[in-house]
Amino acid sequence: MTAQPTDIATYNFAYLDEQTKRMIRRAILKGIAIPGYQVPFASREMPMPYGWGTGGVQVTASIIGPDDVLKVIDQGADDTTNAVSIRAFFKKVANVAVTTDTAAATIIQTRHRIPEHPLTAGQVLVYQVPIPEPLRFLEPRETETRKMHALEEYGLMHVKLYEDIAKHGRIATTYAYPVKVEGRYVMDPSPTPKFDNPKMHRSPALQLFGAGREKRIYAVPPFTDVVSLDFEDHPFEVQTFDQPCALCAAENVYLDEVILDDHGGHMFVCSDTDYCEKRRADGHRGHLAPETDLAPGNMEPAR
Amino acid sequence: MDIAAQSIEGGFADPVFNAQTVFRAVMDAMARPGTVQPLPALARPPAPFSATSGAIALALCDNDTPLWLDPALHASAAIGSWLGFHTGAPLANTSADAHFAFVATPAEMMALDGFSQGTQDYPDRSTTLVLQVGDLVSGTPLLLEGPGIETNATIAPAQMPRHFVEQWKQNNKRFPRGVDIVLATSEGVACLPRTTRIKTMGA
Repeated sequence: MTAQPTDIATYNFAYLDEQTKRMIRRAILKGIAIPGYQVPFASREMPMPYGWGTGGVQVTASIIGPDDVLKVIDQGADDTTNAVSIRAFFKKVANVAVTTDTAAATIIQTRHRIPEHPLTAGQVLVYQVPIPEPLRFLEPRETETRKMHALEEYGLMHVKLYEDIAKHGRIATTYAYPVKVEGRYVMDPSPTPKFDNPKMHRSPALQLFGAGREKRIYAVPPFTDVVSLDFEDHPFEVQTFDQPCALCAAENVYLDEVILDDHGGHMFVCSDTDYCEKRRADGHRGHLAPETDLAPGNMEPAR
Repeated sequence: MDIAAQSIEGGFADPVFNAQTVFRAVMDAMARPGTVQPLPALARPPAPFSATSGAIALALCDNDTPLWLDPALHASAAIGSWLGFHTGAPLANTSADAHFAFVATPAEMMALDGFSQGTQDYPDRSTTLVLQVGDLVSGTPLLLEGPGIETNATIAPAQMPRHFVEQWKQNNKRFPRGVDIVLATSEGVACLPRTTRIKTMGA
């Protein structure tokens, strides 16, 4: 490889060309105006495979500006492959500041979690969505699901939840749990654990959803009602954990199980790495936490 | 200045970043109806097309988006050629074909239901109206509620269309169909997406 820096192709700011950005921006505005409705858009090929967050990347690329501070999480973690590579992508093509600190970010692109730290007005949460259509596994035909949304015909979804109860005695859906937005559209919150559904309800942050392969963008404006579907006698419930985080002793947060050995040893730790690190920096210690912690900001410089 | 020069000058000085600035202001205004998002004068279109609505046209319109201009804007050949040069957007044959409609004199505009409302299957195929209003404080106060608004918000846009509150109620009733409105003033933009409900003061 003899390529000099000057030989490297230069891209437009944030990778996408301007016409693509305009098209996506128009779709975002319609999505905000019709909360929960999936706006079709002409999704582009991105320099990463479908399933790696091409929808979220296109949404982020269309809204991001030089003053933004970007955080990217993958299942709550800032330091896994998907998060690291998308963060590096935007550092390269948009030269924006990046951070792992939830409170410092203006745009947070997420794969399947909502940060534990409460979001604030002015922040934008961008979800990577694999299957945007909540009715797709019940009705494979797009023509039919479109009609069902048009007619607000969501009986099938309630039948599905009822069948859960008939089979398992409870609603067994634990992620991608369907929600109704502002009393009209049933929406897939992307495969977030249902633990995060209540955080979407009347969130002060703008929530944008991008599905690259399925070519759909949808949105939930701030302070919008997002209600998880349920029944009077089987109300919606979130997961609970019978032990706190093994590293930071946090309770009422979403925990991941980590296997420690091949003899059944395991521990439960915060899925939100930023939240867990901040708590440990504040001196909280779980029962498996090391005596001395890693230096804060150990992953990569924020800017 | 002749028409040829007028149609070429007055575009974005920095197209990529100016377009992003304008879009973020409109996005934030759409997400938080009733708030005014400040916007510097980034475009200089021929009069009576305002700097703010001209900037919105440059940021959002291209050859995929047929435009409709109200009679005040349509009368000026310079505006048509300015939009043609900078955006490449065609003019819509009728208001119902338009993706965006630019209105310089909202007080005289046609009824909101004359624009594309989208369909029940595709409610996104509707017209976005950009209304040039003098300011957002001197008109009849509108008490707003709906998505994007924590409790309620108030704006008082001047020179709004006739019977606007009644027309807007009908627009609300068509949900998910309906038009969305961007109010463009010299200070910035405010939005009324179709989900925003208006309660008149004292009512």
